[in-house]
Amino acid sequence: MTRFALLGGVYSNWRALETTLSDIARRQVEATFCLGDLGAFGPYPDRVFPLLQEAGVLCVQGNYDNSLAGGLADCQCGYTDPRDNYFARLSYDYTFRNTSPAHKAWLGTLPMSRRLDVNGTRLLLCHGSPRKINEFLWESTSPDGFLRHLLGRADVDVLCVTHTGIKWHRDLGGGRHVINVGALGRPENDGTPRVWYALLTIDGTVTVEFIPIDYDHEALAADMLAERLPNEFIETIRSGWWTTCLEVLPQKERARGRF
Amino acid sequence: MNTVASAATVELQHLDNLWIQVSGTRCNIECHHCFNSSGPRETSFGLMTLDEVDRAIAATSAGGVREIYFTGGEPFLHPQLVEMVACALTVAPTTVLTNGMLISDRVADTLATLAAEARYSLEVRISLDGYTEEMNDAIRGRGVFRQALAGAVRLARRNLLPLITIVRTWDDADELATLAAFARVLSDAGCDRPRLKVLPPLPLGRELTRVVGLQRDECVTPVMLDGFDRDLLMCTNSRLVTDRGVWVCPLLVDKPDARLGTTLDDAASSYELRHQTCVTCWRYGAICGNVSPHIERSDIMPALGAR
Repeated sequence: MTRFALLGGVYSNWRALETTLSDIARRQVEATFCLGDLGAFGPYPDRVFPLLQEAGVLCVQGNYDNSLAGGLADCQCGYTDPRDNYFARLSYDYTFRNTSPAHKAWLGTLPMSRRLDVNGTRLLLCHGSPRKINEFLWESTSPDGFLRHLLGRADVDVLCVTHTGIKWHRDLGGGRHVINVGALGRPENDGTPRVWYALLTIDGTVTVEFIPIDYDHEALAADMLAERLPNEFIETIRSGWWTTCLEVLPQKERARGRF
Repeated sequence: MNTVASAATVELQHLDNLWIQVSGTRCNIECHHCFNSSGPRETSFGLMTLDEVDRAIAATSAGGVREIYFTGGEPFLHPQLVEMVACALTVAPTTVLTNGMLISDRVADTLATLAAEARYSLEVRISLDGYTEEMNDAIRGRGVFRQALAGAVRLARRNLLPLITIVRTWDDADELATLAAFARVLSDAGCDRPRLKVLPPLPLGRELTRVVGLQRDECVTPVMLDGFDRDLLMCTNSRLVTDRGVWVCPLLVDKPDARLGTTLDDAASSYELRHQTCVTCWRYGAICGNVSPHIERSDIMPALGAR
């Protein structure tokens, strides 16, 4: 039996990351993978790097990481709504300013994807989709046939992604699975402050378990307040409802939220 | 100026998006800027049959289609649209592009039930071109604003939040104020949590006769595609089925060279980007999909495909 912990979308939430890594340490996993977007949204971006490195977490690059490493002008989330862009800009500028040159350089060394073979089960870990770092794979806009196409093109049985911030798992039959591992950085627009990561167990079959993480979100909110991050971001950390970056949500995911 | 002889050619990478011109060019209104000149008397394309639509959906389902779009004309003029949408939703997320005027309480109930029961998202895209009756109806016709807004509100009240599609007819300097005004008017009317999608005006159809000097002799050249993310072009990932065959994209239906064949298999061929509309698509990227322009503008992104 092989078990991996998979996390994504850390978004500078060093407190949720710390709690998650302690949780993982109790569970006897072979390895922990982070599928990218270490920075954004949260406070003190430099704090997540030592946590990830000391725990030996194997990372892939997300669009945010790619932007920070390359000195790009924005996060490549591609918002067009002026309000979304306003907040995305605040978040990116803050994160860019507060990420050390050494950490930016390290982000640039991360691979775009990782391939694993566990006793014949072939896995691909990447940020958005196998074909694009910033392609959103939402549950309600990723049909079975399309996911089979992605698996076939990448020549794997299991695909693990993040990028959207909301977890899901699709069992496509014949040992084929697609898992969006969710995000640690902010709650998933469900009205609770908890965040999520995934445990993947391969034992002839593939089993996915999503693990909720309750962490000291009030302390994070206080960090964010001290750093003068927008109240809208703090509200999301406290309430669990997304208040910004809403335009990319498809109808089903949008309708479930409050805003 | 570019000449047609130097137009670049692109290949279909994968059929991500199936577009269905379900009601042809039949529409209950006659907008001044309509890119395919649809209207009550326009018969260049006719209604598709349920069988034609089912066959197109089945064919693309096997290939791993990502999204299905119903367009026209006005799709709700087709008496079997709801059946077709229900069929599409079993395969992929589905979008209906509509003027919203025919969304009665009964239609809204049906759509909301379909949306709630489906695994995939149902998007209803309603066109508005002004946030006041005067502004909108000057382009789309008298009485259209009120009826379209009422349709949007009926959906929003059932938690089926419509996407409001707006053609940009204002100056850049007025962008923020204009979008804020749209959001306010929609919210005030009861269309809670407004979702806006802004489109560039297209040098096509009635728009060409509306705006003098819009037509220019330009095309997309190979140099323009150098280092450019071709995924932003519809022709690399989409095809349009109609009652008269398969076209390369929803925008070029009045261009004979854009008809690629009778079946989707015939239409998997490459296409030469010889039209001014191709330049508009190149400039703004992913114009027609629900995902906003620029959303995947990742020219610098290395490809992650299989190695």
